[in-house]
Amino acid sequence: MSSNPYLFAAYAATWVIHIIYLATIRRRYARLKREIEELKK
Amino acid sequence: MRRLFPILVIFTGVLLSYAMSIALLPVVHIGGITLIGAPTEQTMGSVQRIFYYHVPSAWTAFILFFINLGASVYYLIKRCATADIVALVTAEVGVVFCTVVLVTGPIWARPVWGIWWTWDMRLTSTLVLWLIYVSYLFLRKFSSSGQTPLLAAALAVLGALCVPFVYFSIWFFRTQHPQPVMGGGGSIDPRMLHVLLVNWLAFSCFAFLVCWSRFRLEKVQREVDEAHAMRSLLDDPSAAARSMR
Repeated sequence: MSSNPYLFAAYAATWVIHIIYLATIRRRYARLKREIEELKK
Repeated sequence: MRRLFPILVIFTGVLLSYAMSIALLPVVHIGGITLIGAPTEQTMGSVQRIFYYHVPSAWTAFILFFINLGASVYYLIKRCATADIVALVTAEVGVVFCTVVLVTGPIWARPVWGIWWTWDMRLTSTLVLWLIYVSYLFLRKFSSSGQTPLLAAALAVLGALCVPFVYFSIWFFRTQHPQPVMGGGGSIDPRMLHVLLVNWLAFSCFAFLVCWSRFRLEKVQREVDEAHAMRSLLDDPSAAARSMR
């Protein structure tokens, strides 16, 4: 049971990495949307 | 296809939740239903459950790098822009999964081996593979040359050649890393194998969704970049003519 912090850390790290990547995709979508709005003007 | 996306998101979310619960617990009770999860490994204890995230992440990264290879070779032959986008997207998502492998590996190694890292062949070759694909992404991001997709495709071929080397390194060299659970002569409890394959399926579905989303983003981004170029050409044709000289 003393290993549990490592198990938690590994699972948490996995999802933190994926969430950070998804956040960068979301930010790029937002920037693209702004660019499209500027082009429409 | 757009209607399919939210359905796949829900399916993948449910599958990932199910995969995580059976990876973490030997028995799961949900609303009167009992699910059989992975048993606790006798030697390592509960920390061995990192295996259900570490190994499927590695397999998913390898598959993405092979798709990247296929798309890059297709681009080298046909100069197809869609293949170039597929190559870029699979490399990017593959690097994310490879990062998960490189982070979860040392977290698992610390309580089991007593060290975070050792420069053995499997670990070192995985790090080299990750560095090759990171350099591929840097090349794509910071090079503005028209030859960039071509150079990147050539680098991708080199990177993909490293994938079999990483996989088979534990067969050819004496390493600290354990032997493969499938195809390496080892054996695995059927319940563990079931949980491993469910997690792999869940991560594969997740990777597919992320690639799909990233593909759409890249495609529209390129169209917008072209529109910007056209607009600047129309706004100032003399500047465009000067730059052509």
